[in-house]
Amino acid sequence: MDSDEGNAQRVPLSQRPDWSDVTPVPQDDGPNPVVPIAYKEEFVETMNYFRAVYLADERSPRALWLTAEAIRLNAGNYTVWHFRRLILEALDGDLHDELGFTENIAKSNSKNYQIWHHRRWVAEKLGTDATSKELEFTKKILTLDAKNYHAWSHRQWVLQALGGWDDELHYCWQLLEEDIFNNSAWNQRYFVITTSPLLGGLEAMRESEVSYSVEAIVAHPENESPWRYLRGLYKGDIESWVNDPQVSSVCLKVLSAKNNNFTFALSTLLDLLCHGLQPSQELRDVVDALKASGENDQPDPDLAKTVCWILESVDPMRANYWKWRKSKLIS
Amino acid sequence: MDSSASQTPTVSQRDQWMVEHRIFQIYDFFGGLPRKAQSAMLELQRENHMEYLIKGLKRLEPSFSVLDANRPWLCYWILHSIALLGECVEPELEDNVVDFLSHCQDPNGGYGGGPGQMPHLATTYAAVNALITVGGERSLSSINRMHDAGEIDVRACYTAISVASFLNILDNELVQNVGDYIVRCQTYEGGIAGEPGAEAHGGYTFCGFATMILINEANRLDLAGLLDWVAFRQGKECGFQGRTNKLIDSCYSFWQGGVFALLQRFHSTLDEQLALPHSGEGDCTNDSQKTGLNASCPVNLNSIGYNFIKQPAETEPLFHSLALQQYILLCGQDIEGGMRDKPGKGRDYYHTCYSLSGLSGCQYSSAEDEDSPPLPSAVMGPYSNLLEPIHPLFNVVLEKYYEAHEFFAMS
Repeated sequence: MDSDEGNAQRVPLSQRPDWSDVTPVPQDDGPNPVVPIAYKEEFVETMNYFRAVYLADERSPRALWLTAEAIRLNAGNYTVWHFRRLILEALDGDLHDELGFTENIAKSNSKNYQIWHHRRWVAEKLGTDATSKELEFTKKILTLDAKNYHAWSHRQWVLQALGGWDDELHYCWQLLEEDIFNNSAWNQRYFVITTSPLLGGLEAMRESEVSYSVEAIVAHPENESPWRYLRGLYKGDIESWVNDPQVSSVCLKVLSAKNNNFTFALSTLLDLLCHGLQPSQELRDVVDALKASGENDQPDPDLAKTVCWILESVDPMRANYWKWRKSKLIS
Repeated sequence: MDSSASQTPTVSQRDQWMVEHRIFQIYDFFGGLPRKAQSAMLELQRENHMEYLIKGLKRLEPSFSVLDANRPWLCYWILHSIALLGECVEPELEDNVVDFLSHCQDPNGGYGGGPGQMPHLATTYAAVNALITVGGERSLSSINRMHDAGEIDVRACYTAISVASFLNILDNELVQNVGDYIVRCQTYEGGIAGEPGAEAHGGYTFCGFATMILINEANRLDLAGLLDWVAFRQGKECGFQGRTNKLIDSCYSFWQGGVFALLQRFHSTLDEQLALPHSGEGDCTNDSQKTGLNASCPVNLNSIGYNFIKQPAETEPLFHSLALQQYILLCGQDIEGGMRDKPGKGRDYYHTCYSLSGLSGCQYSSAEDEDSPPLPSAVMGPYSNLLEPIHPLFNVVLEKYYEAHEFFAMS
């Protein structure tokens, strides 16, 4: 059975001898359905025949072929995908071929949940034989869209279930070289340093990762990703985050620079102060310098309050949030 | 790494600048108009939207074949949008909705994406919400109770728990491991991901947070971290983005914007987590007491949805409500009716539903309680833009929620 190309050449199933024993089952929408779709002839026929084999629970090669046709017409039909899996199990189908099949469908449907779910099912069955193929496949998708949520989820699943961690940190580094603003790559980096069995875990990696984030911050202080990543490196240990001199010093560096990208530096400083940072005189001075251009002349001894006040002005989209933060400061 | 000046822009930067450019063109044009013209531009195109919505309910083009397994969603998106606009659907059409969804129902309970399809959590959620939006005895009594097995995904948790809560069948057995799972899904950024390890994302953040509230475990999340992450998801373009350094999209007006409505009723817990004395009763179980739940009594999970909305919102919303409304009205509306992700994208029912839901959320974000209507200053554009209020946990129109709640409480 070969797949047809182009409606003009397609032989309707009703005219095919190898389907002559099957009575197609029409869809039972009821008499006055809502949201009725004006399906094309090919769609109606394919689904009518699918319903027939599905209801008969026919797990045959021709049924397998039919599910492929149905999927091509609507890759979102999870019932069809489910039945396809039942058939593959019954026929002990070639799962490597199946990877090829999903790759084909994924080319035009990379954001479709069912495809990725199916891929995961196949890979799980193949086990470690599939590892490199899966990493390659997700890499391919990520080359087209470096933030594809499904691809990243699948990649994480592959690493945890099947392994292949060796090059992952380097892969993150590569993606960040291409686009330092790619938050998905930063997230993956976090995943690798916290989960990879080849690395020492978060605390062991912390120092080098702090340096890496600080470098990224200094290059683009307006980039939110490394700021959150830096904070994340101290998850569960805020005190160490407050006490790491590199954190307060990168805030100082950014605030001292002659550009306007200091929202995250101020926000980070605010958080540090709320968690007990004793600010240096330099920090106080640089914050006061930012305030000097404003109308308020009163020097507020409470640095955190001043920071909130500045943020209300330089980050007006979040004015209500900064006002609320200010109201929560213990005076 | 070089300084920004000497490098070519990255993909993220380029995409972001293109969107900003387009949107600021619209805002600049708007800013230069006389008052009356501005008011006209800010008007919610109710008639056009209704035309688009009713048309979809009655007939969909062949290109919709890719949504053939999502027809309950189409029902919900369309009906909820109509309800938000404060409009009605003719009784005959309503009956057709109920009948159609019955044809999608599985004999063992649950709804599939279309007649003859397997039941699925997401389509069940959509069908139930659609039927609640239709309202009335016939619609509500058509829902058969069911028992679902859990799937592994934050969105699946939400759809299951939400439906169970509505139908009064939430119990500890169903709920047991859900809280543990969602806690693992809160990322280092503060938002919530679809699975542990994945990236913090607006859709999953709403689903995760709403679920935790419904199972009375919201205090297990780092709410301060959650708030900080979601606050930064509103860009200078005024709309919300789904993830850090990604583009804004009108649907996040609800997914992200909606989180604030939930947080507004959680300030005691937030204060606790910030290790601050609460300005109210200063009691650790403040939020619990307010929701009618008590550490010493067994928690009635099925009352949480109802008690949540009865509780007053404690503060001003912590996002920029007027800015978001501006984005939705000036950039989200399609000239022929319906709403879209952003200028340059096509309209669709999903974006229409969530843009309008987000808009409603904004309009009511300063309202202290459900009995006081929003002040004109809270509504962007003419006051006639005012939509119906929603229940922020379930995203159905509040009036419809009460009707359904009463119905299921008695059955």
